[in-house]
Amino acid sequence: MKKEDVPQDLSSLGRITKEVCYATDNSGKYVTELSKGWDVKITALDAAWEDIESRVSYAREKVLNKEASPLLYFMEKGLMDVAILADYTGFWKWQIKRHLKPGVFNKLSDKKLQRYAEVFSVSLEDFKNMNIHGDKF
Amino acid sequence: MQSAHCENGVTRSLLKNIGIHQITEPLAFGIASGLFFVYIPLLKINNGPVIAFRPLPGLIFKGTCKALGIKVVRKKFRSKPEAGIFLNDCLAGGHAVGCQVGVYYLPYFPKEYRFHFNAHNLIVYGSVDDQYLVSDPIMENPTRLSSYELERVRFAKGTLAPRGQIYYPETGSIVTTQQIKKAIRTGIEKNVRNMLHIPLPVVGVKGIIFTGKKIKKWRDKLGIKKAGLYLAQLVRMQEEIGTGGGGFRFIYAAFLQEAYAYHPIDVLLDISKMFTDSGDLWRTAAVQAAGIYKGRIGSQSDFNVMGDYLLEIAEMERQAFVALSKINWQS
Repeated sequence: MKKEDVPQDLSSLGRITKEVCYATDNSGKYVTELSKGWDVKITALDAAWEDIESRVSYAREKVLNKEASPLLYFMEKGLMDVAILADYTGFWKWQIKRHLKPGVFNKLSDKKLQRYAEVFSVSLEDFKNMNIHGDKF
Repeated sequence: MQSAHCENGVTRSLLKNIGIHQITEPLAFGIASGLFFVYIPLLKINNGPVIAFRPLPGLIFKGTCKALGIKVVRKKFRSKPEAGIFLNDCLAGGHAVGCQVGVYYLPYFPKEYRFHFNAHNLIVYGSVDDQYLVSDPIMENPTRLSSYELERVRFAKGTLAPRGQIYYPETGSIVTTQQIKKAIRTGIEKNVRNMLHIPLPVVGVKGIIFTGKKIKKWRDKLGIKKAGLYLAQLVRMQEEIGTGGGGFRFIYAAFLQEAYAYHPIDVLLDISKMFTDSGDLWRTAAVQAAGIYKGRIGSQSDFNVMGDYLLEIAEMERQAFVALSKINWQS
């Protein structure tokens, strides 16, 4: 890649910091050049997020229809699966799978729910009621 | 100082701290045989296959220090309090330390980048009250993390969980030009082995061929949408968070130019150009992939073109590594 070809398409990271790219100057020697982002990368990230958003809204539907507990919604929103959630909360995977059922979830103690709420960085009330404020997750 | 790749950058900065200034980012990368390729279809990250362009986290620092004869202190922890105490002791003893962290809870990263990615590295160089002073090689300026925030990212969970991993080079090491020359040579030789001779179909040049052939089948096997997401994942691994562009191929090309300063063998410069060409083709392939995941193109022949790019890249890199393996080292 030539120095003048280093892309400068502003990404969300580009607003905070610029990335170092290695590129060649006129004489063919490698130099570093800062990049604000690259459209190809930005859209790759967008594609990943669109997929996440669709899974989150599907989870939300299921919770509203009482087919799943709010845990499913926060799990999808937090980009987690049962395995990662088990690591973070200290619950066993089979416990988490049970907690995904609304009937089981509603009987959980606040102490257990608090362990989830902390991982998702939300308050206990918001966790129980599937509330979210802004972009926080 | 900012760098393209977190671990190269951390390695270079930590070595600078103990008075070793000659090791640039490309040198650290090349000496540690940093160029790699592996496709692991069974292991999933973010619902896509793992495609890595670099070896496991920690190996670049380890490899560089080992090749240069620098002693390293490295520790992982079971308990969080223990990890915190060890960190404070290091800082009190005047050592800046490298930490492996997950980016998921890293507060200064933009939300869009905060996946469960655990192979990030940063330097902690001091503390003020409850705040740790942090130099993150991705960021242009130093930043701070509270003890809670730092503990959280040091104990991120999931694939390649850092488990509080901390490392620093011991002071008092001196690196001679002769050592660097030798380290460059062994680094290249090892990289040749990693890319050409590991007997697994998903690793190195063979892995690139394997992936290229798979890509051609993704459209039928996965459906256009999922195939697009897989390609997006490939592009993100290739270009995202600190690769220096082109799946580290440009950094490696820069390394070979720097190697020439230590080993004036003309063919090093020619091979450097081969890696530049390879990096350029990786980026051309990324543009093709973007066409597919944006939905602009998506026929089977578009997937074939994509797969063929990888086959072409594999052949270029095979030739480059064969050329490296044939170098007649003078010293």
